[in-house]
Amino acid sequence: MAPAKKRNVSSVKTAEKSAKKAKVDLSKTVERILESRKHANDVFDILESLQAEQEKEVIGAVAACSELFCALLERKELFLGKLPGEEDALSGGYSAEDKYRIFMRHRYTSCVEILLEHLSHEQYDIKESAMCCLMKFAAGEGRHPLEDLDWSEHYSFPRELIQALVDNLLSKATDNSLLISRFQEFLEMEDVRYYVMSSIRDNVGKVMDKSKGAVVPVYQNNVFTLMSSISMPNQESELTNFMVKQEAKHEDWKAAKLHEHKRVFERMWLGFLKYKLPNSMYKKVLVILHDSILPYMSKPTLMIDFLTAAYEIGGAISLLALNGLFVLIHQHNLDYPDFYKKLYNLLEPSVFHVKYRARFFHLANVFLSSSHLPVYLVAAFAKRLARLALTAPPTALLVVLPFIYNLIRRHPSCRVLIHKPSAEDEPFEDPYLTDEEDPAQCRALESSLWEIKSLQKHYHPDVAKAALLINTPLSEQEDDISETLEVTTYELMEKDLKQPEIKSVPLEFETATRLLKGRGDVLGQHFCLA
Amino acid sequence: MGKAPKKRSLADKVRKTKTSSEIKNNPFEVKINRKKFDVLGRKSKHDVGLPGVSRSKAVNKRKETLLKEYKQKNRCSKFIDRRFGEYDTKMAPEDKILQRFTMERQRVHEKKDVYNLNEEEELTHYGQSLAEMEKFNDVVNSDDESEEKGLLSAELTASHFGGGGGLLRKKALGEEEEGGQRAKSRQELIEELIQKSKQEKRERQVQREEAQELTEKLDQDWKNIQSLMVKKTPKADKQEEKPKLEEYDMMVRELGFEMKAQPSEKMKTPEELAKEEREKLQKLEADRLRRMMGEEVVEGAQSQIHFSADDLNDGFILDKHDKKTLAYQDGKWNMGEEEEEEDEAEDEEGEGESSEEQESDAEEDEVEEEEEEEEEEEEEGSGEDDGHSDLESEQESENEEEEEASPKPKKTLSKEEVKAQQEAAKAELPYTFAAPESYNDLKDMLRGHTSDNQRLIVARTQKSNHPSLAVGNKLKLQKLFGFLLEYIGELATRSPPELSTIDKLIPEVYALCQMFPDAACKAMQSILGDAAHSMEETLEVKGHAAFPTLDMLIYLKVTALLFPTSDFRHPVTTPALLFISQALTKCPVRSLQDLTSGLVLCSLGVEYVSFSKRFLPELINFLVGTLHLAVQDKASLGYIVVPPFRASGKYSDLLVLSSSESCRSWSKKSLPLSATQQLDLENDPDRDTHRLTCLSTCLDLVKRCCLLYKDLPSFTHIFQPIRTLLSKHLSTQTLPEPLQELSSEIVEAISSTPVTQSALVFDKRKPIPLKLLTPKIVEVLDYGKKRGSTREEREKERLKHKYKREFKGALREIRKDSRFLAREKLNEVMNRDAERKRKVKELMGSLATQEGEWKSLKRKKK
Repeated sequence: MAPAKKRNVSSVKTAEKSAKKAKVDLSKTVERILESRKHANDVFDILESLQAEQEKEVIGAVAACSELFCALLERKELFLGKLPGEEDALSGGYSAEDKYRIFMRHRYTSCVEILLEHLSHEQYDIKESAMCCLMKFAAGEGRHPLEDLDWSEHYSFPRELIQALVDNLLSKATDNSLLISRFQEFLEMEDVRYYVMSSIRDNVGKVMDKSKGAVVPVYQNNVFTLMSSISMPNQESELTNFMVKQEAKHEDWKAAKLHEHKRVFERMWLGFLKYKLPNSMYKKVLVILHDSILPYMSKPTLMIDFLTAAYEIGGAISLLALNGLFVLIHQHNLDYPDFYKKLYNLLEPSVFHVKYRARFFHLANVFLSSSHLPVYLVAAFAKRLARLALTAPPTALLVVLPFIYNLIRRHPSCRVLIHKPSAEDEPFEDPYLTDEEDPAQCRALESSLWEIKSLQKHYHPDVAKAALLINTPLSEQEDDISETLEVTTYELMEKDLKQPEIKSVPLEFETATRLLKGRGDVLGQHFCLA
Repeated sequence: MGKAPKKRSLADKVRKTKTSSEIKNNPFEVKINRKKFDVLGRKSKHDVGLPGVSRSKAVNKRKETLLKEYKQKNRCSKFIDRRFGEYDTKMAPEDKILQRFTMERQRVHEKKDVYNLNEEEELTHYGQSLAEMEKFNDVVNSDDESEEKGLLSAELTASHFGGGGGLLRKKALGEEEEGGQRAKSRQELIEELIQKSKQEKRERQVQREEAQELTEKLDQDWKNIQSLMVKKTPKADKQEEKPKLEEYDMMVRELGFEMKAQPSEKMKTPEELAKEEREKLQKLEADRLRRMMGEEVVEGAQSQIHFSADDLNDGFILDKHDKKTLAYQDGKWNMGEEEEEEDEAEDEEGEGESSEEQESDAEEDEVEEEEEEEEEEEEEGSGEDDGHSDLESEQESENEEEEEASPKPKKTLSKEEVKAQQEAAKAELPYTFAAPESYNDLKDMLRGHTSDNQRLIVARTQKSNHPSLAVGNKLKLQKLFGFLLEYIGELATRSPPELSTIDKLIPEVYALCQMFPDAACKAMQSILGDAAHSMEETLEVKGHAAFPTLDMLIYLKVTALLFPTSDFRHPVTTPALLFISQALTKCPVRSLQDLTSGLVLCSLGVEYVSFSKRFLPELINFLVGTLHLAVQDKASLGYIVVPPFRASGKYSDLLVLSSSESCRSWSKKSLPLSATQQLDLENDPDRDTHRLTCLSTCLDLVKRCCLLYKDLPSFTHIFQPIRTLLSKHLSTQTLPEPLQELSSEIVEAISSTPVTQSALVFDKRKPIPLKLLTPKIVEVLDYGKKRGSTREEREKERLKHKYKREFKGALREIRKDSRFLAREKLNEVMNRDAERKRKVKELMGSLATQEGEWKSLKRKKK
């Protein structure tokens, strides 16, 4: 133990020197330890520097550790089986060889512990190297299991190590998204992914039970990041990349079966979604739900509870839940009562302003593409959208107007909305009931789309032109709204800004003499130059 | 068979003797081609055929060509007549002879005169020997020989044309007739030719003599009258006599090439000017309306772009003709040596500036004075030669245009005593400025000057770099516009913002914009594009953006000043409006500054659409949101606020007054534009005042919107939230009197509009006309041609048809040829056989006679 103290002294030395020296020293120490067993005690030096303040030193130590213990694992110089206590080892009747192994095994465990602690270190570099080191250990352990294979049902996989790693990764205090994205590379390996998924499930269960259902935003965020970085294989044949090769019984191994993967995946997600989530988390989950979660679940219908709950929340979350619901309705024969009524009630002015506008209209277009919908429903949708269009920005209007036209095209009996020659000459009040929740009762069919008529005076030329279409019978061909869905205001502007050749730019003919003067000046009436 | 050709030839002979009408009237000659049906209006060439005539023609032709060839067959020698034009049927025989004659002459001449240097053939001009013309004077000629020659020529002409007796004439006629019928002999022709030329010569001489005589007589007469004139103005006469004929000619010619005084337009009366002005404005207005409706812009719009509404006429015409017109000044030609001296600041006074500015610009006044003086002087000068004043003024205005931009500092300096004080301040300002090459140059140029001077500097830079002065100036000024815009932006971002300087610079920016619309458009577009792009980027990252800064607000205002906001689509104003709407929807209101910025944007929005009355939903949304900020109790709303506003939240009480007392002391004041950037309001009363001002601005804007959108079919639905807000929420709150009034006015305006509308119907279309039963008459210009296919196909068809026809024709011809040849051959054989028969017969005959004689002799002997 003496050299440790000496090392201790040296570690107090100035930063750079010590770091450099430590690196050289450490690699030498590792060599020495591996060379002969008489230097075994030097391992303490390494562990010491593993806990040092200096970032570089720690990283060096981590590298040294990984080198050392991987070599030891390789040589099988770590004790196998149930590990007796250190005191027991000294007192018990073990051979010197065994004693050495027990000693080394203890150092290994403590090293792993330190590394796990490092996973919540402030420095990202340390976190990263610690994680990589641990994964190396895991790989080493997988090849040379420390447990007896007889009683292990887990086919020589370092399950505990992975569990501990995941537990530490899913921190409750710090956002580990960077580290998790680094971890993603290990998730490429099938068995690692399999065990990580089951570890996550256990961990979530434990943590959330402890918090008694209350939201833990940071933790949940970490969990979500980790879970969303899992990419599932599509076919059984794709399961080839394993960290640990099982010599025997590979076929029976759960980690080698796709349906087992799916089952674990599903249980993990359900376990996560079972608890209350923060609103932003709902959005995140719903955004990826339809294409990276639902297809990999063995029973997607189990999601129905979550989706209905989300759909009931309202606002943007409801909009997003639509997507998942659509998949369930479309592919899994889900029967959802009052779906259209709810969809109808989702339509409010904010629809045009939220980020998910494009997705919503894409889905709404799909939902309303059925030709078996009742006329009153379609008319109600058209009228509602037209009413909302009065508050919409031009980018949204360029989507909504063709959308309404498509509705009318699909359901020719809705044409009365824009063409009602029977009641041409008698003016009447708009019978449409804005606040009515039931589309059947809102009397949309008795109304006309005066809103679009108003939009013919819209300031943007494209919108005005689009609105002018209702003056003549609509063409047979449906408009393709998918192109305009994602158009941003800037793109709209560019149309005017990047005109290739302008023949002549019309100019204001009234001479400008002052900033706040002239015909039609409104600014000058309320503001002054100062 | 043998007889047939004989017969035909006989028939041909007969036919030849008959006239064509005789043949046509002979029913035995005519073959009428029967038509299947008559087509009205179609004329056919081939309804009547003359088979006999055509056959005989064909036979004759073959005889001339084919038969000859046939006869020539197997012969190797051939006679070719190489005389000129022998085989050319197109040439008239006279021409042939003439040509041959000239060629022969040439040939002879070439051979003979190769070494003959001096004695060339006599050169003539108009039939007169040039040598003779050189030798003799005109005068002499006319004096001496005229009588003789005249006599001679008269005699000759008489003998040739009508002078001689009837015999002569008859002879000539006979000659002509004969010439027409048979070709003249060469000798005759030459003679005739020589005679002709001589005759012409004589004729011309006679004419000249006569002219000479006449002029002499005229001279004589003139001298008589001259003597009379001498008595009246002897001097003028002398002067008149002096210049020789050549000189006079020279002068005339010179004058012909000289510049001519062009008629000027008459001076316009003030009423006419006003009328013109009004008409121009009306035209511009009509143009604007047309653009607002989104109709296509006609090319002609370009032309008026260079004129501003009040038509400064101050050198903004880029291409003008440099040709100076003739004008008289002080009795002399004004050839442009004395040019009008104009100061560069001249136009400002024409611009109709406010009186304060004129006072501040003493120099301008001065220049004006100067000019007036000059004009007076000139008027005096021009008063002497009356009737030229219009010319002069014309020239003056021309010069004005040209010389406008050339700076003339000397003049102003000379009158320094007038207003020495102000002049001293101005003295340091140079009169010419180099156009700035970079933005920093401009900044250096303007640094440290007062705003008035800055404006003056820019104006002078613009004048001294007028595009008409140098080639590169256009580009320089275009750049200057960009720099000025940048400078304006910088002025606005300074703290405190120097808005008054911007205000002063506006006329210059406007003037530059009028000069270079395209460059101005580009510059403005790039500013707008950059701002929108950066906003878009922040939006993508954060989901919301900060309100545009003051410089952007100023840019938007300047855009409205420079470009028409009412156009249906405009390369600058449409993006600008989009930018405003984007800012109003995406920028959350988090402070009173934000709100002020928002209200500035709203005002701009109203300004942009005030003329065209276009619907700007974002504007209404923002105003609703602003009013919502003033609502105290946010429990039961009855309306929906649209993002970026929220029904409730951290910043949703921005406009709620802290105490109702501030209502009493509040009075409406204009908000400073700088309030959009920083607002230091320490205490609550100040803040309340600001709030109330914002609220009043907002209400006023709402009122304007009410008026603007009154005609929209869904007016009530658009304004429903505002109505609810004002009648249910704000009315319960304590507000100052004017605001209460304003809001009640708005509510009234909203509720007074009719709620009922008639249902939508499609636009009425023209009814589809019934099918008519009268035949459709199509003018067909190409009969017999196939229609209804593409042009190429038709062409192909046509060619095919033509080929077929030609092929058939050729086949027919060949057949006829071979038939003809066969007939000829047969003829030959027959002739030969007949000959042989005849000879055999003859021989046999002679033999028989011989035999007979011999037998008879024998019998006799017996």
